[in-house]
Amino acid sequence: MTTAALSHGRAETATRRHDAVPKVRGEFAYANDLRAAGMLWGHTVRSPHAHARVVSIDTSEAARMPGVHAVLTHDDVPGRKTYGLDFPDQPVLASDRVRYFGEAVAIVAAEEPEQARRAAEAVRVEYEVLQPIVDPERATESEPLHPPGTTARHGFREDPRPNVVRAMVVTRGDIEAPADVTVSGVYEVGQQDQAFLGPESGLALPDGEGGVDIHVATQWTHVDRDQVAPCLALEPEQVRVHLAGVGGAFGGREDLSMQIHAALLALRTGRPVKMAYNRQESFVGHIHRHPARIWAEHRATKAGQLVSVRMRILLDGGAYASSSEAVLSNACSFAIGPYAVENVEIDGLVVYTNNPPCGAMRGFGAVQTCFAAEAQMDRLAAGLGIDPVELRLLNALEPGGRLATGQVITGSLPTREVIRRAAALPIPEPEELPRDVLRLPGGAGNTTRGEGVRRGVGFAVGFKNLCYSEGFDDYCTARVRLSADGAAEVYCASAEVGQGVHDVILGVARRELGTDDVELVTGSTADVGSAGSTSASRMTWMAAGAVQLACRDALEEQERAGGGEVDVERVYRHPRTFPLDPETGQTTGERSHVAFAVAAMRVVVEVDVELGLTRVVWIGTAQDVGNALNPVAVEGQIEGGTAQGLGLALMEEIQTRDGAILNPNFTDYLMPTFLDMPPVVSDLVEEPEPDAPYGVKGVGEPPTVVSTAAIVSALRDATGRELARVPVRPDDVVGL
Amino acid sequence: MKIALTVNGEAREADVWAGESLLTALRDRLELPGSKNACEQGECGSCSVLLDGVPVCSCLVLAAQADGHEIVTVEGLARDGDLHPVQAAFADAGAVQCGFCTPGLIVATDDLLRRSPDPTDDEIREALSGNLCRCTGYAKILDAVRLAAAR
Repeated sequence: MTTAALSHGRAETATRRHDAVPKVRGEFAYANDLRAAGMLWGHTVRSPHAHARVVSIDTSEAARMPGVHAVLTHDDVPGRKTYGLDFPDQPVLASDRVRYFGEAVAIVAAEEPEQARRAAEAVRVEYEVLQPIVDPERATESEPLHPPGTTARHGFREDPRPNVVRAMVVTRGDIEAPADVTVSGVYEVGQQDQAFLGPESGLALPDGEGGVDIHVATQWTHVDRDQVAPCLALEPEQVRVHLAGVGGAFGGREDLSMQIHAALLALRTGRPVKMAYNRQESFVGHIHRHPARIWAEHRATKAGQLVSVRMRILLDGGAYASSSEAVLSNACSFAIGPYAVENVEIDGLVVYTNNPPCGAMRGFGAVQTCFAAEAQMDRLAAGLGIDPVELRLLNALEPGGRLATGQVITGSLPTREVIRRAAALPIPEPEELPRDVLRLPGGAGNTTRGEGVRRGVGFAVGFKNLCYSEGFDDYCTARVRLSADGAAEVYCASAEVGQGVHDVILGVARRELGTDDVELVTGSTADVGSAGSTSASRMTWMAAGAVQLACRDALEEQERAGGGEVDVERVYRHPRTFPLDPETGQTTGERSHVAFAVAAMRVVVEVDVELGLTRVVWIGTAQDVGNALNPVAVEGQIEGGTAQGLGLALMEEIQTRDGAILNPNFTDYLMPTFLDMPPVVSDLVEEPEPDAPYGVKGVGEPPTVVSTAAIVSALRDATGRELARVPVRPDDVVGL
Repeated sequence: MKIALTVNGEAREADVWAGESLLTALRDRLELPGSKNACEQGECGSCSVLLDGVPVCSCLVLAAQADGHEIVTVEGLARDGDLHPVQAAFADAGAVQCGFCTPGLIVATDDLLRRSPDPTDDEIREALSGNLCRCTGYAKILDAVRLAAAR
């Protein structure tokens, strides 16, 4: 990959996103806006229990109801009965057992959505309720929820205990090496929801020849197809998955939701079938961020040099595996933060329980460990009497240093630069009293005139990997058709989920082809190979690489042929990664992660310690963004990612009792509003990534990784409390 | 039941069931899917429309209640094919990511700027605090509202 000539150039991007005008006019077609002639509406019958034996399912009454065309159960799944991203452990429809609250048991298709809903209510399911496993600490001592060996033989560390999705150890050096000071703590992270605004939705159309077209809001069309086809007993070509408009994703659309169900109903009825979840169903329709319990012990010299870090990380994977094994691996790989530590022992475990299934969410394991590790760094700084920023600079991991997994950092990782620049951002002076209530904790609630309000300033650093890791064959395909007059069509199945990757593709193609006459043909398994997932902060890098390669080869081919039409499809791969050794967690090759991004953040908060109400006053961040192709879009990712971290710090948690979700709605699951978000000052640290096309880096995840830790650091400064659990509740910061 | 209402300046009729929301009638009966369904509880503002000039969450209004009234949706803001100034400002300021919240925010912003053509930042934040956005962290939306006001 030659990047020198372009490494500091910006691909040309229009001021307006290419989809901005249809979106502001209300004309952009989201998955839930799709319709087809003769369309039926699907609805899902779901388990009200987190753990139960399914004794019987009686569909007869539902099938007789007006407008109903089909009522299907487990017996009607023609192919493989289970699916899953990494392991096929989840039933398409439950057969003899349900393992989580909201698990799909039967599906209905009817003429009107209300008819489908009522018919679903009329499906009689007899359950024998079982004791749910809800405490992840007890999971390995409980009855197995899945057949033995469900996640075995994937090269993971052997662990014969029941309900282990993956166990791993990352160990290096001498964990007993002499040190002067020790700090330890136990940290907890609650369960966060992606809460994308556009609930799961899609439309399945039978093709009349036994196959099906599925239009759906997803993060990876091709892997959807690969999971759907075997369950329908169809060949992959008979299932065509097309990207419909996506109303946000954040990891929550990596797994299937309604894809197989709508296809089953469409194939059975011979009619198009639409399924659209409402918000309540959406809370059980996708996986969530893993709740975590983390014990950490940091040891250092008097001068502040880290000597050793020991951590135990327990993630609650919930009922099905999803991508839990990779989330755990990331949590362990990045557990200690971007610091150089020679002696490390990290013991990670992710277990099955009867809680809501967990998988990918922005930050992917690094959010949970960053919260613990940065709290530890603050504690160490306080114990040593060293400035927290100085302590981080002293231990910063940079190129030439080693990760906990033994990998030597070879690419770009400007840890010290982001720390220095974030620390140098000027924080606002305390505002005078009296002031407008909107500028006080409690806001329009008019709860204080400023008495009892304390100010705090916090700091944190976070990092994680870019792209897929551990030997995964991570690639992206692009296809370019050049006509004789130079006009181009670019095909790439990369999922546009709001982040702006389609503008990246158009910008790269225009630049490489030297023409503005470029049309993007998006997102279908029917006419281009896989782009890989829009996740892991990989899509900008991978799509830019694939489109660049295909454009250059198309031009070359056209020149060789002396003009005329050409049609070129190319596959781009980033440098190879290698698995981790299952016994030591050390890399078995040059590297297990291809690249990294780091962010530092400074936060000012005010806490009303009489009422426990909090106002985040100001956030400043410096982030390692590689070469920023589109600075406005990069800032948008930083601001939005920070808001999600603020939500986890202060308000967002899925609450469960006996595995049942108690707050599956936006009245009770709180997210940051306009009034909760302070100004965010973003300082972009642009150091090109040598292995990436144009020197780009993914930018979406680091702000979410670091912001929860940074905000709670500021709350600790304001209150003096330990605050070892997020979200921090009002009760945690009152009564000082 | 049959309802008759004015939508985006046009007389329309729809055959709705008694429990149906105005949002469902707009999206599924009148083929105006611009207003979005994200929470169905009046918490997120994605379904905001103007009812006789007053912003409402159309998920909380029964279709039957709109009988005889005048509705303006996001689709009704552009004039003669040109973007409404608020729409143009959202597109220009980078305030649109996934865009699912955008129609509701544009309706709410239009309402704010009619009432208060030159709002302060705090006024903007309070006026739009009933519209959830999960992508942007609101910063570029603040920029867009300032831009629309300035224009």
